Parts: sequence; C-alpha cells; structure tokens
Amino acid sequence: MASSDDIYDRPPGVEPEESRANFLSYTVGLGLAILLTIVSFIVSQTNLLWAPGVPVGLIVLAFTQIGVHLVFFLHLGSGPDHTNNILALAFGVMVVFLVIGGSCWIIANLNANMMPLH
Amino acid sequence: MTIETIDAVSADRVSGRGGGGPAPTRTVVAYGFWIFILSDITMFSGLFAAYAVLSGRTAGGPTGSDVFNLHHVFIETMCLLVSSYTCGLGAMSAERRQRARFLLFSAFTFVLGAAFLFVEITEFIGMVRTGAGPQRSAFLSAFFALVGMHGAHVTSGLVWLVYMVAQVVVKGLRPHVLRRLLCFSLFWHALDIIWIGVITVVYLMGAR
Repeated sequence: MASSDDIYDRPPGVEPEESRANFLSYTVGLGLAILLTIVSFIVSQTNLLWAPGVPVGLIVLAFTQIGVHLVFFLHLGSGPDHTNNILALAFGVMVVFLVIGGSCWIIANLNANMMPLH
Repeated sequence: MTIETIDAVSADRVSGRGGGGPAPTRTVVAYGFWIFILSDITMFSGLFAAYAVLSGRTAGGPTGSDVFNLHHVFIETMCLLVSSYTCGLGAMSAERRQRARFLLFSAFTFVLGAAFLFVEITEFIGMVRTGAGPQRSAFLSAFFALVGMHGAHVTSGLVWLVYMVAQVVVKGLRPHVLRRLLCFSLFWHALDIIWIGVITVVYLMGAR
C-alpha cells in the first residue's frame, strides 16, 4: 500500500522514511557545514586566493553552505513531491537578489554621479 | 479513500498540487510556515541591502576590521551550527516518539543557542563601551540593525523552544504538538542560513 507521502507533497523539514539514513544525513550535513565554515574563515584570513577574488570566493562558499543546509537539514529535494517548496524558494531567492543587487546597483550609480564635495 | 484509489492516484504520479485531494494538515502547516520563513528572509534582504550600501560609510569612526573579533564570530558560528544539528536530531526523536531523547537534544539546542547569544551580547556591549555604538556611523547603525535583528530572532527562537518543551511535557507528543515542533525546527534551521549570510557579508568581508 502506498504511504501518504507518495501521493502528497512533502513539506520542507520532513524527513524521508528510512530512519538510519536520517541520522547520517544530519551528521554529514553538520560535517560539510563545519568544513565549509572553516574554509571560509581560512580564505578570508590568508592569501590562499588572489586578493580581489576573495569576496567572490566567500560568496560561492556561502551559497554552497546554504545549499548544504537546505538539503541535509531542511531535507529539500528535487523530487515531484517538493515542487511547491522549491518554487516558493525560487521566488524568495529572486526577491532577495532583486532587493540586494538592485540596491547596490542604484546606490553605486548615485555615488558615481554625486558632485564632488570638495 | 480505498486502497485501490490511493494506488491509482499514486500510479498516475499526480503527487500534490490538488491531484490527491486535500493535503494533510501537516503538509499545509509546514508549507505555510515555509512561506513565512521566506518572507522573513525577504525582510532580512532589506537589512542586508542597507548594510551592503552603508558598510563603507564610517564617518571617520571605526571600520569593520577595527571592531570585529573573528575568534568570537567563529565560536558563535560553531554554536549555531551544532545547535541546528541537535535541533534536527531532536525533531527526529520527536517524530519517533522518543520523548527522553527529544528533551535531551532540546536542552543541547537551548544551551548552544544561549551560548551564541551570550557571546553576541558581550560583543555588542564591548562595542558600545568603546564608542562604536549604533549612533556612531551609518555603517554601525546598519551593522547593529542586521546582526541585532538576527539576535532578536535567536532570542525568540529560544523562548519558542522553552514553550515547545513545556508543551511536550504537558501534552505529550500529539500530532498538533509535532506540527508546531516541525515549524520550530524549520525556523531554527532558517536562522542558521541567515547567519551564514551575516558572517560572509558582515564579518568575513568586513574584517579584511
């Protein structure tokens, strides 16, 4: 008999059925998150990366870690039962990019067009 | 619904989106809370935008590399990461009706969250004492607004955790308590995701 998980969408945060895999999933997630955090701190404090590329490297590491959290802690997947969650997330990400990117773009433009103060 | 119709429905792969009839309350509640979390993240994006725009406006006052202590930030990050882990394990134990393990993991979560807050508040008090309070410059205003808002969320998360533990103790692991616990764990994991943005944008980029 099909379980109710098969016919309905799975909400975010709900673990899949296999129980042993879940403990493993949280542990792997924690390990990856700690590893990525340490790498971020190392990258920002050393000359491992070419200096002008450090902000880009940090942003890439941050997005990787957010992905790790979404998959291993929030159990967000790519299956058909997650379509609604992923669509909502995609909309949220779009709004975040518009607000942050748009603000930076507009203010940088205004700064560039300011009359010199002295 | 009979077993035959359930099988027919799942065979057609109409999972969700109305195809299988009304979704269970648990799915609806968690999805609604997911929408709330995304709107909360949208609110944070406004504070992130303000910080990104104002981070260079120090008005002759201290800059990020003057006031940030990355050792403390690293301790805070580890507290929050491990608390997210114990929160996940606590939610897992609750789903399996393991009350004692849930209480144990919740205690770990609370202690780690409180440790995070303690380090953060100590940091804030130290900054205000050395004249780097929110009124010093636009950079510091944006800093206290963003990091303080995250801290306020962690504080409310701790209050909510105490409330959830009280519900589990008094009411037991009933379905509606489990639904609230699911929302709490979503909230706590989301705070972790926002903190990753904070350490990257504020501390790691600002302390260089």
